[in-house]
Amino acid sequence: MASRRVKDDKMNQHVGALASNGAPAAGAGDTGEPVVRLVDVRRHFGPTAALDGVSLTVGKGEIVGIIGRSGAGKSTLIRCLNGLERPDSGEVHIEGREIGRLGEKQLQPLRRRIGMIFQHFNLLSAKTVEENVALPLKIEGVSRPERLRRAAELLELVRLAGKAKDYPASLSGGQKQRVGIARALAARPALLLSDEATSALDPETTRSILALLRDINRQLGLTIILITHEMEVVRSIADRVAVIDAGRIVEEGEVWKVFADPQSDIATSLLQGIRPQLPAEIAQRLSPTLGSEAVLRVDIAGEAALGPLLADLGGPAGAFRFLHGGIERVQGRPVGTLFLAVPSGEPDLSRTVEFLTGRGARVEVLGHVFDND
Amino acid sequence: MSSTMIDLFLRSLWETVLMTGASGAISFVFGLPLGLALVVTDRGGIAQNLWVNRILGGIVNGFRAVPFIILLVALIPLTRLIAGTSIGTWAAIVPLSIAATPYYARIAEVSLREVDRGLIEAVRAMGGSRWAIVREVLVPEAMPGIVAGFTVTLVTLVGASAMAGAIGAGGLGDLAIRYGYQRFETSVMIAVVAVLIVMVSALQWAGDRLVARLDRRVA
Repeated sequence: MASRRVKDDKMNQHVGALASNGAPAAGAGDTGEPVVRLVDVRRHFGPTAALDGVSLTVGKGEIVGIIGRSGAGKSTLIRCLNGLERPDSGEVHIEGREIGRLGEKQLQPLRRRIGMIFQHFNLLSAKTVEENVALPLKIEGVSRPERLRRAAELLELVRLAGKAKDYPASLSGGQKQRVGIARALAARPALLLSDEATSALDPETTRSILALLRDINRQLGLTIILITHEMEVVRSIADRVAVIDAGRIVEEGEVWKVFADPQSDIATSLLQGIRPQLPAEIAQRLSPTLGSEAVLRVDIAGEAALGPLLADLGGPAGAFRFLHGGIERVQGRPVGTLFLAVPSGEPDLSRTVEFLTGRGARVEVLGHVFDND
Repeated sequence: MSSTMIDLFLRSLWETVLMTGASGAISFVFGLPLGLALVVTDRGGIAQNLWVNRILGGIVNGFRAVPFIILLVALIPLTRLIAGTSIGTWAAIVPLSIAATPYYARIAEVSLREVDRGLIEAVRAMGGSRWAIVREVLVPEAMPGIVAGFTVTLVTLVGASAMAGAIGAGGLGDLAIRYGYQRFETSVMIAVVAVLIVMVSALQWAGDRLVARLDRRVA
């Protein structure tokens, strides 16, 4: 049965790869039973709604990021997926099974199919690294030699084989999270939940942990749902992102699309930190009407961004200046934001905007400046 | 000191060790589960049951509020029932244990309460039962505090056992009162106090050593 599962996972991964290379992402849920299906989940704490009607489907092998500010409801949401939190109403389906109404006893075997990693690692200080990793198996009733053998295998996977007999207190943050990941994988789960797993780590360690999660997703076909408040995390690992605010999913889609063209205010503001912004010294000099140059914000994504855009722009725009911005790759797709100063006389400006819009860009006239500034 | 005096001294020492050891062991066996019950039944605990929590808390407070010397006398009928006699060393172990159990329960409770809730959540998330949480998280993670608290309880029992002289239990404290205080034999008094200091220091040292060995929270 186990080999069957692996085969299915590989297939789904293949489908997932296809989807992200062209076809719309709608397909993820269509390839058999989704791993997670939430239908109109609501959860209130007193008068405040932590979850206010959340619906979300996650297919096998997908990595889905759930992003939002603190207090947006993302912790409550991820806890509903393994029954640590019970919804007031709505349905939570895990591998086709509704778990929202199950009792604690019935949830226990089900939770073994779901691994979880935490912001503060939550390793048991009184147990060695290998005992921590083996704990889910001990709870399942696996014999000691068998579970230590599995722990050794997992510590190999997370490259901590030499630390088996150490206690967690002697490890660095990144090593602790690797142990957390090994522990979460011990019972061979179908789903891995990551609760701000990199929020307590420095940027370099964050990258290595995310790379590890990516590898595991590819090697094992493991479905991963991660909640975070950092867009950087979503960018580097997720296939799909759901933006949550005040208990509702306000935006959902493939990561590169949300990056290129965020629809919600909250997504726009969360992206601010990692997307190019107009430098403050230029923003200060912007006038709504007066000036010899117009400052444009040009958002462009997909293959259009790769063409000879700037060279071609010289025709209609004349002597334009490239003020700021750049093109980066999200999920292998070019996503660019450029700030340009172009001559503001008409009809030159209209022609410039028309040209850029014609290339598939989204253009916004931010204001005007004098070019000798 | 005469040889009779030395015999008396050694017998008193043995009685103190016996009273402290036996009532300490009993208070550990009953106090730890009681402390655990206080933690798990409290609001937000893994087996929340506020009624049980209030009743247990009330019983613990009741016993802790009564001065030991009163408890010693008040428990005489129960002591007679359990130990078959109401006087002597074995008889004193009954009220000492009954006084030390709620005392130790509260100390254990504090340590158990300090266990990071995230660890409990982690084990719940991996499908652990309540029993698994108690066995794998609460008790092992609180163990340094549980042992440190037990050391405190033992030291308190050394002191409390002096009062057990009131029901003829003997012990070093009783020896100090009868010979040192009432008969003005200062040398006996000083010898007893010196032995008690050594005993308490040794207990504390052993307890601290054990805690240091158990505590894996810092590298």
